[in-house]
Amino acid sequence: MIETFASVSLPIDEKYKLTKQRIQNGTSKKRICVVTGIHGDELEGQYVAYQLQQKIREVYDQLDGIVDIYPCMNPLGMDSIQRKVPMFDLDMNRIFPGDEDGSMVEYLAYCIIQDIKGADLVIDIHASNAYLVELPQLRINELFKEKLVPMSKWVNANFVWIHSTSTILESTLGYCLNKLNTPTLVLEMGIGSRLTLEYGENSVQGLLNAMHQLGMLKNEYPVMEPIIGYDQEIRFLNAQCAGLFISEMEVNTPVKKGQVIGMIVDPLSGNKLCEVISDWDGLLFTIRKYPICNEGSLIGRILEGKQ
Amino acid sequence: MREKIVYELKSLYRDSFRIRGYEFGKGEDSICVIGSLRGNEVQQMYICSLLIERLKQLESQGYLTNTCKILVIPCANTYSLNLESRFWPSDGTDINRMFPGYNLGETTQRIADGLFERIKDCKYGVQLTSFYIPGHFSTHVRMMKTGFEDIEEAKHFGLSSIVVRSPRPYDTTTLNYNWQIWCCKAYSLYTKACEEIDEKTAKEAAEAILRFMYEKGIISYPVLGGYKSEIVDEDRMVSIKSSSGGFLKTLVDVDEQVFIGQTLAIIYDPYTHVELEKIISSQEGKVFFIHAKSMVYAHTSIVKIKRNI
Repeated sequence: MIETFASVSLPIDEKYKLTKQRIQNGTSKKRICVVTGIHGDELEGQYVAYQLQQKIREVYDQLDGIVDIYPCMNPLGMDSIQRKVPMFDLDMNRIFPGDEDGSMVEYLAYCIIQDIKGADLVIDIHASNAYLVELPQLRINELFKEKLVPMSKWVNANFVWIHSTSTILESTLGYCLNKLNTPTLVLEMGIGSRLTLEYGENSVQGLLNAMHQLGMLKNEYPVMEPIIGYDQEIRFLNAQCAGLFISEMEVNTPVKKGQVIGMIVDPLSGNKLCEVISDWDGLLFTIRKYPICNEGSLIGRILEGKQ
Repeated sequence: MREKIVYELKSLYRDSFRIRGYEFGKGEDSICVIGSLRGNEVQQMYICSLLIERLKQLESQGYLTNTCKILVIPCANTYSLNLESRFWPSDGTDINRMFPGYNLGETTQRIADGLFERIKDCKYGVQLTSFYIPGHFSTHVRMMKTGFEDIEEAKHFGLSSIVVRSPRPYDTTTLNYNWQIWCCKAYSLYTKACEEIDEKTAKEAAEAILRFMYEKGIISYPVLGGYKSEIVDEDRMVSIKSSSGGFLKTLVDVDEQVFIGQTLAIIYDPYTHVELEKIISSQEGKVFFIHAKSMVYAHTSIVKIKRNI
């Protein structure tokens, strides 16, 4: 059943509506929430929202519990291909838990939290940005790792990044829900504005397995064991100069110390400006796909010592 | 006056990105005034240009000291201003959410680092800044309660209000917050306008900064006048919100006294001009903020009133 759980009038003949699909069967009150589209330019979760419903329909008779799918929390951003909420240029994932008496976007953030809190598991699906491809990875704040790391093994992600606490992240949906004792896994995968069907299929398999683990589905769904990594093992490759980044590297590729990841060139002069070289052995789990870079632009990330 | 390049970054095709600073006087880094960090902060840059114009005159008349150095940085985001884009053009990041910066990080982290390295040791820091919702403010000083704030000194600006609030998580990467953490006495100054120049409040702000400099002995030219500042906790601001969307007609202006029951604004149906809603004051006080767009959303602060005690 499709429900509208928040609605605010825009100036002319339109409402900013937040909607969800609720699929419910059996007697159990167990609830899993799949949330995506907080950033309007991240679309990988769209395929997951669709494909998950297709798969649930095949096993609906088995379902015992509630599946809430929130496909798009930033419909105006998605419509206008913008990451943030367009009118205010405001990153929705920096204003949680929101404010019932606050401005429009703060109020909507509040409504999202109110609707989701209390679930047995939440997956908040993100899709990097327009510049970088990410190997499917869960980002877990170390504050919540005891509770979340066991759950992170359910959802068929390649990698779990346990990161240190940062005050600014306290205003994300994931942090706020976890603070409210609603276990929330933040999944980052693929690239902005595109679909990576393989990652979407893997995530759906993982979500079905999570439902099995919660006792909502009888069938088992095999999943991969994720690599676990911590901040101190993550290495960053940043552009040393502005230019055109050229590389054929893909994520999930082992790299060696001294290996050339790509090069930065100047199309105006026709000169090669610099090579981007790995200083570490490890697994390339992020790679730049938008080729224009400024000095400092993120080129890639390597999980050192893991393959 | 000495013009200096505080930070420079080369681009592939655009002219280099430069942050220019204007130094006056000699001695320790006494005060830094920074204008636009966002690409729509036109008024903020304009105020700095007025300040530089005035400081040049004062320098030639011998009103600067040999012990206090003044640095004015009118704009730390020319790339965005030139495109009329609030945030960094190539990735949409906000330089004012990147402090203290990181010299090996991403582009705007490097810009923040390059800027902060030059200005972090100033005794006083003044940032001319803006709010994310379009609107007009009463000119005021705003401070965060970091434990390092010095509210008493803020009275030297001679502005009518000093607003004090608790920081939220996303404030911890702003320039003001990090200045305070680095033991700089930091103040944010808001005026009526942002994207367009408001001459009257621009001059008011420039004069307030000069008054502060005089009171702190940074310049010797007396700047008279000003208000006896009132310290206002943000909790004292009452937000009057819309419940409809449509055309907005405001009936009051900033700094105007309003009373309970007064109609502050009207929202009209954008198709038929039928009145949808009267925005009524629930408080007696002074208008501190007023929404400044002709079209408005529901659930939006139309007016903020500084409630009378």
